[in-house]
Amino acid sequence: MDIIKTEKLRKEFNGFTAVDDISFSVKKGEIFGFLGPNGAGKTTTIKMLTTLMNPSSGSATVAGFDVNKKRNDVRQNIGVVFQEPALDTELTGKENLDFHARMYAIDSDKRKSRIEEVLKLVDLEKKKDEYVKNYSGGMKRRLEIARGLMHFPNVLFLDEPTLGLDAQTRRAIWEYIKKMNKEEKTTIFLTTHYMDEADFLCDRVGIINKGKILVIDTTSNLKNSIGNDIITLSCTNMKKLIDKLEKEEWIKKIKKHESFVTIGVEKGEEKIPTIIEIAQKLNIKIKSINLRKPTLDDVFLSFTGKSISNEGAADHPWKKHARREMLKNR
Amino acid sequence: MLINELQAMYVMWLRQMKRFLRFKSRIFMTIVQPLFFLFILGSGFRNISFPGMQSENFIYFFAPGIVAMSIMFSSMFTGVSVMWDKEFGFLQEVLVAPISRMSIILGRTLGGATTALIQGLIILSIVIGMGIPIAGPVGLAFTLIFMIFIAFTAVGFGLILASKMRDVQSFPLIMNIVVMPLLLVSSAFFPLKNLPPIATNLALLNPLFYMVDGLRGSMIGTDNMFPPILDLTALIIICIAMLSLGSYFFSKSEA
Repeated sequence: MDIIKTEKLRKEFNGFTAVDDISFSVKKGEIFGFLGPNGAGKTTTIKMLTTLMNPSSGSATVAGFDVNKKRNDVRQNIGVVFQEPALDTELTGKENLDFHARMYAIDSDKRKSRIEEVLKLVDLEKKKDEYVKNYSGGMKRRLEIARGLMHFPNVLFLDEPTLGLDAQTRRAIWEYIKKMNKEEKTTIFLTTHYMDEADFLCDRVGIINKGKILVIDTTSNLKNSIGNDIITLSCTNMKKLIDKLEKEEWIKKIKKHESFVTIGVEKGEEKIPTIIEIAQKLNIKIKSINLRKPTLDDVFLSFTGKSISNEGAADHPWKKHARREMLKNR
Repeated sequence: MLINELQAMYVMWLRQMKRFLRFKSRIFMTIVQPLFFLFILGSGFRNISFPGMQSENFIYFFAPGIVAMSIMFSSMFTGVSVMWDKEFGFLQEVLVAPISRMSIILGRTLGGATTALIQGLIILSIVIGMGIPIAGPVGLAFTLIFMIFIAFTAVGFGLILASKMRDVQSFPLIMNIVVMPLLLVSSAFFPLKNLPPIATNLALLNPLFYMVDGLRGSMIGTDNMFPPILDLTALIIICIAMLSLGSYFFSKSEA
């Protein structure tokens, strides 16, 4: 059963198209992820699906309810963890949960037991009576996830759930997300620009860039689509080598980048000698060669022609500046 | 469904009460500020008698103004605090819950008005404790009614500001450029009789004037330009207008 379904969903802001006619569906019980760089339209999509923004055109249903016409039914069925913290920092953790439960009309017995339950799920039982302003970033995130689960939502939306958290905390949050997907049977829709996060958590991933979905598939299918193994090499006359290699049958995919070539193959360790042989015959000098398993980053690279991490870096003016400085000094 | 909405209103109200009662230093400061005005201005001008002023002591004249001012400022502030919720993201959490915007607004307004009224009542009891003559039980009852309407009106005004302002920084500016001048010509500090007639007439367009004049008329029973019942009628109209505009703008604003 499809718990989320969109049909040509579109959002424009003053002529700028943030989300461009996307159609996709999410199955009940799965962890579905939107992977894409900053500004790809992920948050806008979540805001439309959670009834905080009206779509410019197209339609979407969540848990069987239209997001435009049945707002309250949609709201009753979803939990949301926003990208920016949305807690009242002057209340305690427990009070934040209690207020949330009241707004979702959970009666008082159920409220008490459920608060204990979700606090336990995210290991915050000991901190429940402390003011949220004294929480660390990771604790706030955990509390928000717990709050999102308070009212037994059918779908939980997580917008960049581990943005700005350290590696250890991220790990822990991933574990919680997995746990609640399994124990509470909650369908999870998350957005992220971290490859490893999508890889670790999601059953299926949609790659989104500039408001468009480029591909949707399971993570393993996506990785297999570009070959079981990835060989990256740099050499002198790349063009010539590529022309020659493209004719070989065992090459699944070949792509030229600025200073290197990526080749998708089966049984990569056996193909390296062959490639070197071919290169030598053509009098091409290979500078470096390596072999690895494909990651989602490779998938993203092959669909957009850009690496997601570079894209993110280019977004930030200071990072761009820093890189320029670095190149100048070299 | 109605139960849900009432529950949601209660939550919004409870949240404001908890935040208010929890930080004693904040309550202390909001009470001390009007008292500074009262004691410093009040004793500085003690022996001054404005022409046409009937109260035998300036501080008698001044006390209702201070009560009105303290309620006005703290209500306006709670109205504007929606802005902070927007800034800190909490508003999204409320907007995504299955409750109507009307309940959110009503709950918040009630919460804001309650906290402001508590402060107003504290100031009022201090003022009474200082021996300022009150115009009998009917006067006191009217005083309380005025206080309630002043609180709701100012929360409404705060909500309008919060929905229309782009950032938190503009709030102090608006306080200084809009609210302070209005307060100065509201007769809170001095009788308007001494202003040029044109300014006196303009004061009739000032919503704050009806609050202060009415409160003074009911509290000390002298030096008011209009009978309190007339002021009250004007104030109720202003209050309804402010609250409707405030909730209209708020329901239009996107998180």
